[in-house]
Amino acid sequence: MEHGIETDLARRLMAGDAEAFDRFVEHFRAKVFQYSRLMCGHREDAEEVAQDTLLKVFESFDQLREPERVRQWVFRIAKNACLMKRRKSVFAPARELSLDEFLPATSANGGEVRIQIADWSSLPDDQMQQREMKGVLEAAIAGLPETYRSVVLLRDMEELSTAETAEILDVTADVVKTRLHRGRLALRQKLDAYLRAGKRPAAPAGGIGGG
Amino acid sequence: MASQHDENCRGVFALLSDYLDLELPPDACAEVETHLADCPPCIEFAESLRKTVELCRRYQPAEPPEPLGQQARGELLAAYQKMLAGRKTA
Repeated sequence: MEHGIETDLARRLMAGDAEAFDRFVEHFRAKVFQYSRLMCGHREDAEEVAQDTLLKVFESFDQLREPERVRQWVFRIAKNACLMKRRKSVFAPARELSLDEFLPATSANGGEVRIQIADWSSLPDDQMQQREMKGVLEAAIAGLPETYRSVVLLRDMEELSTAETAEILDVTADVVKTRLHRGRLALRQKLDAYLRAGKRPAAPAGGIGGG
Repeated sequence: MASQHDENCRGVFALLSDYLDLELPPDACAEVETHLADCPPCIEFAESLRKTVELCRRYQPAEPPEPLGQQARGELLAAYQKMLAGRKTA
């Protein structure tokens, strides 16, 4: 759903238009559920976070001054709900990722330097491979330290801007950029390792059908 | 790429996300493009990073949430109506 439609729904809810209620709930419940399932790692926690978030959203809806900022406002509440949930579960120590750990290994062949990298040529358009990579991607996201995971989810999955993500997470735009780059590099490294291991079955001749 | 290859690669490596997101200032962007034009390993690496981002953007959750139960919907609707009522009386 476009930002414009979300803004319109928020405006209608503020005006007391009850018809917008179910659409708003359906839309943001699914988004918050996805975010919190990948943040918290548990389906049950994610269902609770989605409900807690929407309750808080409706209780304080009159505090949303700018309807066009509804998405970051909802995600800010969701982020806090996730933090509350996390405190009740396993405590994961913070870990900093350094750029150096993601530099690819190189090899020299004659005068030519090559990096050791998998064949990414069929991604992401090969639908079968894309489906297969979904589980690898989820595991890679789950393996990210929490501060990097939240940035990747907001920037690359929810497609929020750097400024919006910074506002949600209470950090500067530069911190968002640093964490996003390192988070992406960590995901790339995991996906590359998977592709290099060659675990996927060979595609049948003639290509793969859609679906 | 990497330190044993060229320090320039390391500099570009640090900027790749900003470059892919079109968030680099013009001079830095030009530097990255000049380097990439002459460094196939960096191009290959940048392409794999771009595809990683693309996979994230295309990600569709395998498991949607359970359908919203009547009780849970009722709680949300009550919170919404209470907020509206509070605003009218304020």
